[in-house]
Amino acid sequence: MKARVHVMLKNGVLDPQGAAVRHALGTLGFEGVNGVRQGKVIELDLAETDKAKAEASVAQMCDKLLANAVIESYTVELI
Amino acid sequence: MRAAVVVFPGSNCDRDLAVALEKAGADVTMVWHKDTDLPKGLDFVGVPGGFSFGDYLRCGAIAARSPICRSVVDFANKGGHVFGVCNGFQILTETGLLPGALLQNAGLKYICKNVGLKVESTNSAFTAGYTAGSEITIPVAHHEGNYTADAETVAMLQAEDRVAFTYTDNPNGATADIAGIFSENRRVLGMMPHPERMAEPAHGGTDGAPMFASLINALIPA
Repeated sequence: MKARVHVMLKNGVLDPQGAAVRHALGTLGFEGVNGVRQGKVIELDLAETDKAKAEASVAQMCDKLLANAVIESYTVELI
Repeated sequence: MRAAVVVFPGSNCDRDLAVALEKAGADVTMVWHKDTDLPKGLDFVGVPGGFSFGDYLRCGAIAARSPICRSVVDFANKGGHVFGVCNGFQILTETGLLPGALLQNAGLKYICKNVGLKVESTNSAFTAGYTAGSEITIPVAHHEGNYTADAETVAMLQAEDRVAFTYTDNPNGATADIAGIFSENRRVLGMMPHPERMAEPAHGGTDGAPMFASLINALIPA
């Protein structure tokens, strides 16, 4: 089973990279982009076959390493 | 004073920190990230600057989960003095020994220059040798030095006199100009600027030297 983890800066945490991307899009003529937030995607290839167990295990991985709860939030998607 | 400096793959200020400590009179041992135990009888642990583990995932994230860091956290929890500089500060926030986190600089650029710092608190073994409110010049060299914490945490740090240094001209967007903070027991200090790179005349200044001198004074075995 594979899991895909999306890690994003929490709302309210400044994202200067996102702001720079937004500015560059404006320079290219893409108007109406009100905001850009940049995050990261982490794909995990898991030996676990039980969906509930995999979800619980990946949530622990996120809490312990993959995301920093002070500044980041995460979502987990099993694929 | 018996000191240890932790070395991770990608540390690049470990020798600078060791030399500054030795010049001040400390007996310094280098420890490797895979070591599980710190040497016995230590008074002080330094977590140096650099790019531990290539800054993969987040700055300091991998280093904070290395075997030696478990011992560093135990050492701090037992009342030991721990000092994290630059990447070391990032590592200490990742271990949870210090609150908050270091984000990318607001200007998106790596900043390598001397900056002015205001000494906010002299109430610690690290800063007792300075004059409260004085301004000192110390170099910074970082891309992720933008200190951030929620408003409650920042208010708590300020109310408890746990902000050690602030920038006089904030280079990186850090909340409340914060350059360095103490733990609750004031025995853990994390800061982005590098006092070990301003510790002898050949460095172009000695504003970092009082920190190492005060540590030695405070931590000499009775």
